Amino acid sequence: MFDLLGISAPAFFGQLLIGVINGSFYALLSLGLAVIFGMLHIINFVHGAQYMLGAFTALLLLNYLGIGYWWSLLLAPLIVGAFGIVLERVFLRHLYKLDHVYGLLLTFGIALVIEGTFREFFGSSGQPYGIPPELAGVQNLGFMFLPNYRAWVIVASLVVCFGTWFMIERTRLGSYLRAATENPALVQAFGINVPLMVSLTYGFGVALAAFGGVLAAPIYQVSPLMGINIIIVVFAVVVIGGMGSILGAVVTGFVLGVVEGLTKVFYPEASSTVIFVVMVLVLLTRPTGLFGRA
Amino acid sequence: MTDTPTALLRVSDLHAYYGESHILHGVNFEVQEGELLCLVGRNGAGKTTTLKSIMGMIPQRTGSIVYAGNETIRLSSHRIARLGISFCPEERGIFASLTVSENMLLPPVIHPGGMDLDEIYELFPNLRERARSQGTKLSGGEQQMLAIGRILRTGTKLLLLDEPTEGLAPVLIQQIGASIRALKSKGYTILLVEQNFRFAERVADRFCVMEHGRIVDTIPVEELEGRRAELHEHLGV
Ligand SMILES: Nc1ncnc2c1ncn2[C@@H]1O[C@H](COP(=O)(O)OP(=O)(O)OP(=O)(O)O)[C@@H](O)[C@H]1O
Ligand SMILES: [Mg+2]
Repeated sequence: MFDLLGISAPAFFGQLLIGVINGSFYALLSLGLAVIFGMLHIINFVHGAQYMLGAFTALLLLNYLGIGYWWSLLLAPLIVGAFGIVLERVFLRHLYKLDHVYGLLLTFGIALVIEGTFREFFGSSGQPYGIPPELAGVQNLGFMFLPNYRAWVIVASLVVCFGTWFMIERTRLGSYLRAATENPALVQAFGINVPLMVSLTYGFGVALAAFGGVLAAPIYQVSPLMGINIIIVVFAVVVIGGMGSILGAVVTGFVLGVVEGLTKVFYPEASSTVIFVVMVLVLLTRPTGLFGRA
Repeated sequence: MTDTPTALLRVSDLHAYYGESHILHGVNFEVQEGELLCLVGRNGAGKTTTLKSIMGMIPQRTGSIVYAGNETIRLSSHRIARLGISFCPEERGIFASLTVSENMLLPPVIHPGGMDLDEIYELFPNLRERARSQGTKLSGGEQQMLAIGRILRTGTKLLLLDEPTEGLAPVLIQQIGASIRALKSKGYTILLVEQNFRFAERVADRFCVMEHGRIVDTIPVEELEGRRAELHEHLGV
């Protein structure tokens, strides 16, 4: 079959793997955006910077405190998430009653400040972050080689995405979140501290981005620009999936990662634009996105 | 010494605003423990605004609202709810993204001693069969029952009910009436807003008439026969 198509099997599976890996990050990041948008109605343009902060936190924890990958996977999301909560309390809180565009502008501005600051201190070239020794090595699957660390990234992303979906759609806490998305005033009148819940939701969405950043550190380089590079694609993913749909964000993230990877096999010239072509097609036919509710 | 009833809720000189518009102009009334007080008045008189002010849902409010000895005028609404007040809104507030049973379990239990799910389903049997449906797929009457039912689990003592019979067929109104009487006999204190006067006079102990953001008259149910004409004039019926 591969001969007929004029491509080699290893090239095909290699690109497929890269697609799934990219999809893992698209899914994690668009999930965080969807969680934040659902609750705060803020289009969180600092999401890419927060992903970059996750990776940098891991790098700095290692360089200055000798804290390794596994602890960073826990600590960096907590640290960056806490920073997110401060951001929500100090800035975002004042925007909820205004048009979405204010939230977008403010978070875009904050992203520029953060990324500019990091470029000032660390330069724009990337810094390497080693793969944890437990995950070094490669599996030979017969038709391709699968690096252990990449397998781990896919599994970790799937588990976190599924866990988040489960928490929101199937638990008591999730029912508070869904209800507060619809009618926060009434949920608060039932005795639930909605402003606190909003802060924590934002912190959680930011922590997801930081978690993605730590996962990404050993694969891509840790660089102040890593967030800008990925976030534009992630916004296209969110538009395609539909703002605010949890499941939509995850599924669309993985699928578009694969679509992008396969395009690289069959028509490499289009690989960096295919997602935007899909976005245009979806916007023309289903303006609310594939999983969005009108 | 005689047993004077104690006021569970005392509203004094309550003013409320939506932005520039001044809606409540010094509302004064009390609700005694175990009493069912019915707030009546024409459309736009400020009845809903009064309930929402008590619940802390109107940010611009002044005056004094004392519940069980606690001044609540400066508290945010989740703190007020935690003192033991529950609200059933006029538009019912059933959540579309939650199932019937998730809607039912949404308001957290605040004090022990609320009704358990079985007791609530006994009061509103239709809800039991629909537990897994989407909340807003219920009929209007069932949504109203869900809106009342879900606040009975919480163990709160004071219920604020905003027009529970609005838009319901007569047999459903009777069912709601029966459940409200059942709640009274369980010792709940109820502040009811109602336009359906024939319904209200069968459940209320006392009426407060509201006009243009003030209480203009108070009529105990015993005096209702003699003062019916006066009341009808207030309500314009
Ligand atoms: N969100 C709001 N913003 C501005 N004005 C409002 C708002 N809600 C109510 N009002 C105004 O406040 C006044 C009192 O409204 P309220 O809802 O308290 O009346 P009501 O007595 O409950 O009437 P109804 O019997 O029709 O439910 C009305 O004039 C209404 O137009
Ligand atoms: Mg009203």
